[in-house]
Amino acid sequence: MRQQVMVLYLGTSALDSAVIGWTRYDGTGRSRPTMGDSDEPPYATGLDALLDGWRLLQMSQLLSHAEGHEYDTAYLPYEFLFEKLVDFGGA
Amino acid sequence: MTAQVDRKHLMTSVEMAHFVAHGAIAFEGVVPDELNRRAIDVLDAGIDPVPYGTPLDVAFPEGTFVRELIDLPVVAGAIQSLVGPSPNIDHHAVHVRPPRGGEAQNMHGDAILDTRRDAFDAQLMYYPREVTLEQGGTLSVPGTHLRRINQTGIGRYQNLAGQTRLTCPAGTVVLLHHGIWHGGRRNDSDVPRYMFKIRFNPAVRQLRLWNTDDIDSDGVRRELTQQFGWTNANEGRLELVNRAKLWRTLTGDENFDIDYYLTRETLRPQFIAPGATDVRLGSSLAADGWGR
Repeated sequence: MRQQVMVLYLGTSALDSAVIGWTRYDGTGRSRPTMGDSDEPPYATGLDALLDGWRLLQMSQLLSHAEGHEYDTAYLPYEFLFEKLVDFGGA
Repeated sequence: MTAQVDRKHLMTSVEMAHFVAHGAIAFEGVVPDELNRRAIDVLDAGIDPVPYGTPLDVAFPEGTFVRELIDLPVVAGAIQSLVGPSPNIDHHAVHVRPPRGGEAQNMHGDAILDTRRDAFDAQLMYYPREVTLEQGGTLSVPGTHLRRINQTGIGRYQNLAGQTRLTCPAGTVVLLHHGIWHGGRRNDSDVPRYMFKIRFNPAVRQLRLWNTDDIDSDGVRRELTQQFGWTNANEGRLELVNRAKLWRTLTGDENFDIDYYLTRETLRPQFIAPGATDVRLGSSLAADGWGR
């Protein structure tokens, strides 16, 4: 078995909110997802990924805003990590 | 470039607002074919580097190919609108992505985390040949330039809703805010892809450098409130706040706002209302139950 990993960035901290960013890594080597390879997200929401069999491994914490920096924006805050285990033909 | 550019070639306020919202503005096919044809040999031969902060006139003297390129009125007007007359050359670089070769860059911001909020560098990207989707031109994500990230800390982001996978005709010039998230895409075609980049440092305060005749037009607000897919969610309003702050900086208008967010944040009136009922505040008559 090999691991396929998918990272979804959602619009809010809710798993059923819209996908605004997506990243894939394929541990089978059968595909080579890369930066800028698609304009359409693989799923409309995080929940849709669950319904398609992806296993949720982690969701980002909700962190307090530092005083005086409430308007600062940086990395995308609502990151959700998924995996699928794929049969690798007995290898 | 050391001379003032004719006002008619400067960017308009609507174009400047577009840049403030997107972090980029594109001028498609503005470089004449004759220059584009010469560009390939020039870029293949390489362009000598210059030390950081070299004055433009020293880095690219008159008579050089690059000077011809950036003296084109539309290009010179855009550069002057963004960073002012006689900017310094931060650095420049030729990027050639071979046919069927190379991997996509991970998404990144150039240089290190840049803390400036009252100034910015402009990066010019020149594409002497047509760029097709298959050739995998530069990807950039509109509206990301005001977020504080450090270089490839965003390398995990492969795709964002609303991203721009650049395709353009030959002779296109794109100008970008230094902070925009971007990366060179993989070239899946049979032809090499050329891009020449110059980063400009401003040498003057970036205050109303463009043609401000239309500064009060409706188009300015339309541009500043643009949404880009990834900003349609929770953080989109914070982007509007940060754009409003940049627009205040560029226009000198400290009262400018979008959707009242910054104005509301300042509402802390200090005047004691005559109707306040606690006599210890000293501005009103005693109310029942107090001061008797």
